[in-house]
Amino acid sequence: MIDVLQSIIPTALFFSAPLIFTALGGVFSERSGVVNIGLEGLMVMGAFVAVVFNLTFADVFGSWTPWVSIVIAMIVGAIFSIIHAVASVSFRADQVVSGVAINFLALGIGIYLTKQWYGKGQTDMVAQPFFTVNKVPILSDIPVIGPMFFKGIYTTSYVAILFAIVAWYILYKTPFGLRLRSVGEHPMAADTNGINVYKMRYIAVIISGALGGLGGGVFALTIASNFSQTTIVGQGFISLAAVIFGKWHPLGAMGAALFFGLAQSLSVVSSSIPLLSNVPDVILLIAPYVLTILALAGFIGRAEAPKANGVPYIKGSR
Amino acid sequence: MTTNHKRSAILIPIISVLLGIIAGAIIMLVSGYNPITGYSALFRGAFGDAYAIGETIRRTTPYILSGLAVAFAFRASLFNIGAEGQVIVGWLTAVWIGISVDAPMIIHLPLAILGAAIAGAIWGFIPGLLKAKLGVHEVIVTIMMNYIALFSTNEIIRNVLTDHKTTTESIKDSASMSSEWLSSMTYYSRLHYGILLALFVAVIIWFIIERTTLGFEIKAVGFNPHASRYAGMNVSKNIILAMVISGALGGLAGAMEGLGTYGNISVMSGFSNIGFDGIAVALLGANTPLGVILAALLFGSLKEGANEMPTGAGVPTELVDIIIALIIFFVASSYIIRWALLRYQGRKAK
Repeated sequence: MIDVLQSIIPTALFFSAPLIFTALGGVFSERSGVVNIGLEGLMVMGAFVAVVFNLTFADVFGSWTPWVSIVIAMIVGAIFSIIHAVASVSFRADQVVSGVAINFLALGIGIYLTKQWYGKGQTDMVAQPFFTVNKVPILSDIPVIGPMFFKGIYTTSYVAILFAIVAWYILYKTPFGLRLRSVGEHPMAADTNGINVYKMRYIAVIISGALGGLGGGVFALTIASNFSQTTIVGQGFISLAAVIFGKWHPLGAMGAALFFGLAQSLSVVSSSIPLLSNVPDVILLIAPYVLTILALAGFIGRAEAPKANGVPYIKGSR
Repeated sequence: MTTNHKRSAILIPIISVLLGIIAGAIIMLVSGYNPITGYSALFRGAFGDAYAIGETIRRTTPYILSGLAVAFAFRASLFNIGAEGQVIVGWLTAVWIGISVDAPMIIHLPLAILGAAIAGAIWGFIPGLLKAKLGVHEVIVTIMMNYIALFSTNEIIRNVLTDHKTTTESIKDSASMSSEWLSSMTYYSRLHYGILLALFVAVIIWFIIERTTLGFEIKAVGFNPHASRYAGMNVSKNIILAMVISGALGGLAGAMEGLGTYGNISVMSGFSNIGFDGIAVALLGANTPLGVILAALLFGSLKEGANEMPTGAGVPTELVDIIIALIIFFVASSYIIRWALLRYQGRKAK
């Protein structure tokens, strides 16, 4: 059993990290009242930027390249998400439609530029991907737990968990977080109290863009290693599912992302686990989606969205 | 006011398309291509000869149906992002019946089409039921249903319809919509009878929306569910029905590919995008059947014409995806276009 866990947990953490980042982005945006179906597109953008930057500047930054790449992916993701913010906050566009457009646009731009710059539909494999940490000193010597959590894990997985805790602190323990959540629950009351609803929503969407870009970048540099049409297929939507499954709470979203990462890792390693080798892959593949529907239907504790989620705020209207 | 409203309803899609095409030209300029060469290659690819026209109509066919699927749900204020999943299950079911049933064409073909519609309807029923009975937002459920459809379909193709292959065998001739007549008329393009079916369905949907009690109730529920309930309408029933019909239309779009264009189904690494493009078609078509047909033709021509762009002008085909995404943005942000129009008209009146 312990052997099994020792093979599953590192893989689960490996698959979850990008989902955690992106889901946290989703939490920020939706908590402020802006639905973000565009997470998928933001991840595409992040993956594209991280891969291109990595390929281009691998010689300049050496072993720091992957880190610089994901920071750039974050920045570009943030900038890209401004389109969604402008459309859904200022232009009062249907937020779902705008999100759908973000998804189309990101993939279109990514492949267009890939073809223009590399002359083919996919990029080369990156020269400087992330590598696993062989073992964390001291901690990896703890019996049983040590090898599970502190051996052969990507640093990005730890960063993801750290980010979730930071996100929770920001959203629930700081005035900024309180304001952000109030804008998503009752924008008119927030406005009356002197909170700038539009500004808060812009900030929230841009944070979600940064985190989505980060998630995509991490996915590209740990799991995919190159960029093509099929690099990001559904990871953004799984992250969205994690937001809902985690009831719009950062730690809940992290838990859900870890769980979905586990489901994905099971479909990879299941053949080596006696208990699971008879379960068809497809069941593990669709599990996150089925569970999300069940969670929404109230079978796994009712998921309540922020009250003003998806409603554009028009000053002066009741 | 009414005429003003009507005029902006027609103007906004046209302005959006123009803005999208201008943006596409700017992108081509910035990336060092000649926009005129680019767009003329696009036009050649879509309408250059009989073959191109045939392929353009072929590509338009499923867009009409998936566009109608999204538009019909929109009329009830439901956002069916799940058209994609409904297309996939419809495609699978049509091919499945096409392969496994032995019957004369007069039974086999309608059976396969009906099967596809029913599969799509079931895929629409689940989110409809959850929305009507439990108030679960249909957007999230339909997105999840898309992935369930994609992964289950791949599994069925690999392990049920074939023995670990990636493509099924072809459907029997008695279930095929391919047409010697239409095909030979267009230099042997893959044009098939589906276009006639799609246009016919569009007329039926127009009739349902505009001329029947069902259509009236669905529109009423879309405008204001509380008032509709007060007026004695069954809101839950109408929500479920709207999603079921929408799903059935999505399933039909899948049948067009399964029985018409390809005659088989392959394992998909990603989505077919027919359903997602249906969203763009419905939005641009202002959710009316006639608008949907025109928008489907526009997107069909753009997508088909794009294939000529790499050889004809060196422009990557994805330019068209960017243009379509921008068109959706402009239509979605119609508030700002309307505002600009009003400003412009106001200034003229002074």
